[in-house]
Amino acid sequence: MTGIFDTPQVDWALVAPVLVVLGAAVVGVLLEAFLPVVARRTAQVALSVAATVGALVAIGWSWHRLSGVDAPTDLAGLRPGGRALYALTTESGGSLGSLVVDGLTLVSQALVVVVALLSVVVMADRTATREDPFAPMVSAVPGSQYERLAASRGLAQTEVYPLVLFATGGMMVFSATADLLTMFVALEVLSLPLYLLSGMARRRRLQSQEASLKYFLLGSFASALFIFGAALVYGVTGSLTFDEIAAATVTPNGLDKLLVVGVLLLMVGLFFKVGAVPFHLWTPDVYQGAPTPVTGFMAAGTKVAAFVALVRVVYVMLPGMGWDLSVLVWTVAIVTMVVGSVAVLVQGDIKRLLAYSSVAHAGFVLTAVAAGWGTGETAVVGPWAVLVYLLAYALATVGAFTVVALVRERSESGGLTGEATSLGQWAGLGRTNPVIGACFMVFLLSFAGIPLTAGFVGKFAVFSAAVSGGAWPLALIGVLASAVAAFAYFKVVVLMYFPARDERPADADEVGAGGSVASQTGAVGTATLARPKTAAVVATRGCATGVIGLCALLTLLLGVLPGGVLTAISNILQ
Amino acid sequence: MADFPWLTVLLVVPLVGAAVLWAPTPLRSRARPVALGFALLELVVALLAVVAFDTSAAGTYQLTQEHSWIATLGVSYAVGVDGVALALIVMSVLLVPLVVLAAWREQGAEGLVTDNLRRYLALALVLETFMVGVFAARDVFFFYLLFEAMLIPVYFMIGSYGGDRSRRRHAALKFLLYSLVGGLIMLVGVVYLGVNGQDGPGRFLTENLTGLIGDGGPLSITEGRWLFLTFFVAFAIKAPMFPVHTWLPDAAEQAPAGTSALLVGVLDKVGTFGMLTLCLPLFPEASQWAAPVIIVLAVVSVIYGALLAIGQKNMFRLVAYTSVSHFGFIVLGIFAIFPLAADTGGTAVAGSSFYMVNHGLSTGALFLLVGFLVARRGSPLIADFGGLAKVVPVLAGLFLVVGLSALSLPGLSTFVSEFLVLVGTFPQHPVPAIFASLGVVLAAVYVLWLYQRVFTGGVPDSTDEQDGRGLPPLSGLRDVRAVERWAVAPLIAVMLVLGFWPRPALDLVRPPAEQTVSTLRYVLDAEADK
Repeated sequence: MTGIFDTPQVDWALVAPVLVVLGAAVVGVLLEAFLPVVARRTAQVALSVAATVGALVAIGWSWHRLSGVDAPTDLAGLRPGGRALYALTTESGGSLGSLVVDGLTLVSQALVVVVALLSVVVMADRTATREDPFAPMVSAVPGSQYERLAASRGLAQTEVYPLVLFATGGMMVFSATADLLTMFVALEVLSLPLYLLSGMARRRRLQSQEASLKYFLLGSFASALFIFGAALVYGVTGSLTFDEIAAATVTPNGLDKLLVVGVLLLMVGLFFKVGAVPFHLWTPDVYQGAPTPVTGFMAAGTKVAAFVALVRVVYVMLPGMGWDLSVLVWTVAIVTMVVGSVAVLVQGDIKRLLAYSSVAHAGFVLTAVAAGWGTGETAVVGPWAVLVYLLAYALATVGAFTVVALVRERSESGGLTGEATSLGQWAGLGRTNPVIGACFMVFLLSFAGIPLTAGFVGKFAVFSAAVSGGAWPLALIGVLASAVAAFAYFKVVVLMYFPARDERPADADEVGAGGSVASQTGAVGTATLARPKTAAVVATRGCATGVIGLCALLTLLLGVLPGGVLTAISNILQ
Repeated sequence: MADFPWLTVLLVVPLVGAAVLWAPTPLRSRARPVALGFALLELVVALLAVVAFDTSAAGTYQLTQEHSWIATLGVSYAVGVDGVALALIVMSVLLVPLVVLAAWREQGAEGLVTDNLRRYLALALVLETFMVGVFAARDVFFFYLLFEAMLIPVYFMIGSYGGDRSRRRHAALKFLLYSLVGGLIMLVGVVYLGVNGQDGPGRFLTENLTGLIGDGGPLSITEGRWLFLTFFVAFAIKAPMFPVHTWLPDAAEQAPAGTSALLVGVLDKVGTFGMLTLCLPLFPEASQWAAPVIIVLAVVSVIYGALLAIGQKNMFRLVAYTSVSHFGFIVLGIFAIFPLAADTGGTAVAGSSFYMVNHGLSTGALFLLVGFLVARRGSPLIADFGGLAKVVPVLAGLFLVVGLSALSLPGLSTFVSEFLVLVGTFPQHPVPAIFASLGVVLAAVYVLWLYQRVFTGGVPDSTDEQDGRGLPPLSGLRDVRAVERWAVAPLIAVMLVLGFWPRPALDLVRPPAEQTVSTLRYVLDAEADK
């Protein structure tokens, strides 16, 4: 930074994906203010879908443009080799790092937008219970006068859609920026809506609000640490853009203590977002408490954006510190894989199980981050593997959480109410609901990395990257951890398909006679009541089953015929 | 005719069958004839492939096909068979229709009725595709893919059908975890090899991954030994060898007899087949290095498996332990060629290859027969039987013949292979060969004693049996049905024919064995010269 304010030249087409999403979010807020209640929901859903589809088109255009660029470009100072386009340039033609459009950006943005689109579809599905998963008045005490009033007025929560769009926009910038300040702003833009969304669950509301508060407090700490780290790095290098920081830190003679501290703080912020141990403690509580479609969105979207940002920070901003950072990344990767996988084993709640599973997956992705950019022909193997794994993970995660959102408890009267998240309630689900059960099994197999699913391709990619980067011990620990985690996933499969006699789903009559069924009507927020033993898949009044089917299909397709996708990602990264 | 994609057709036919069984078509209600039809069609295709196969060049890979599959990773869809692979494929596709036949009547505690049966048969057909694929794969990645994917149908075949609910799901999980751990360890080896292999298409082809270790290649001897271990552990668990065999008795005990026949008869061969076609060519030096220990483990498997078989009370477990013993022989034959001497021939390896085929036939038949017995009596415990030779004479006769094949009676094909293994082993490893011969004696004990307890003597008094378990009286058991007879007769016929005239089978397995040994000698000599 020269201190002189250059008017940036903006390449609007490259900013378009982000602009479309954030613009739609702003419009969505206006719709909340000006549209009558009855029209809001339809308008918001339509707007969100249109915005995400529009963003996908814009990303496609950028992809096309980037493919036409000869690698490496003149401007390529930001990363070792490879193509990049710059959305913002100075008048003299110098690059500004605020928005970099390279392969990493495009793939991750496309992934985030697809995740957002699928999540919006799931959120909009009111199911046969005619309730969406969000509380109509979040601030109302469950069961209070306000609550009843809101219900009688037919109020519905529609602010979630602009909030999702804001978070999506934040994620898209987060993974696209090569500038610490922009990165911080993006981090906040993606986090704040998520804090809110986590607290909006219709049922088990106290748990949801607790999740929201926890997420907010811990997330704020992480953000604070991140910005403090950025400040220290700025203090040492005199810059916030990645290329200048890289240039300033390329010769690590006499490590500057402040730089090390600053970088560590930055990494803590990023590790928090990806959910790596020991910064993972928020994940189970937040994943469990948040409304399930939001959990799916958050689990998939945040992880994609944060991992791409992490890759960029480690390998673009700090190539000179590669050796020092690799110790850190190795340690965190090992601890994350082991802790995540072992913790998956002992969960009794499906959402917590998926939460710890996502922690374990973060560990597997970190093995590819540790592999690095490499040199020569293997230059992109690390980032490539990260993206492939995230693709497989995102598909299965969105699908799995959608299934969780549809598996409901059967109340005393036989109606379906809240989600049946306790694992015992899933017994025999594969028998009673063959299609949904089979899809969920596909997601579990993908998580476990069984061949012919996308998860295997992802696992193979990250372990190949790790081995080719000389990190074979990570790959070895990785496979052992996968085996442990696979045990946990197969326990769920066993439960769904071969329930023991006492776990068999009792039919409704038995439940009524058993007397152990607590009333879960209304929005009772307590989780301490004994839960009904049975669960059933609720019929949808939207496209949630379509999302499940699509995710399962893509998971299998990517497992059997991954060639095209892998090549496309590889080519755009070159 | 050799240009026709026989192997691909072999891979596709069962899948189509499974799809037909799953799809909501009118055929759905006729699960048994449909499954049998597809299994027989598969058998016909396999026999045609044998005709297309040039036996005079059985040591080379034939009927090959190669297409790039995942370009970025350098993975190919590459299939091809040499004599051993072809023999194993034929054995597998012969077993499947018989297993379908054996499932004609419902068996097991849960019973295989209507929808359950349909799903079971569909899984069996899916499994058939994987079995054929794994023997035909010539790309290590493709092999690994099928090696692991195979677990899923078997897992459901054990977990959903068969014995007691909670125990069978325990058995299914145990099977899965053992195999998965082995497979994942192997995955590290596959990745490591692939990363160090050539770039571009064909990276994972078996022939492109040979010669990576040692002076000529990018990997050191030490790395080669570690990689060998990653592969060998996976195969030893699969085979299963002492001391990683403990999952097999549980799985065999809980699974329906047909599943066990496929599991032990075919699936476990993948382990020994992998040792033969992947461990030896990919890691010649390491194989030689590890051979002394492996030979000892193999002999321990032979004797320990036989001793445990003698002590079993449950017939399914007994047969499972006999297999541990037999797999010891197979592994012994494969690794007995080390250390390679100038006059080492392929006898032991050929014996092992033939043993794999015979063991599939013999154990498959044994499991089916035990299944018939158990289905009639409602109990797998030997103590619940006695004097059945008078009640079910044909079943007793069949059982005796199949049992004798398990103890390698001359005149049955199992004798030929066991003899070849021992003869091939003896010149270089007399002591292990002598100890392994003890296994033959012990085999006589477990087979004949089993026969004696179940079939000979008087039928126990029916008053003794009224112990509240509601078992049908022994004297009322009916003899084998026509369908059941047809399920076992072909296996016995093949064993008899190959017992007296083993030439066709030996023509298939000998050249690959000689080929393996001469390649190994070439590689190891070159190594020694440096």
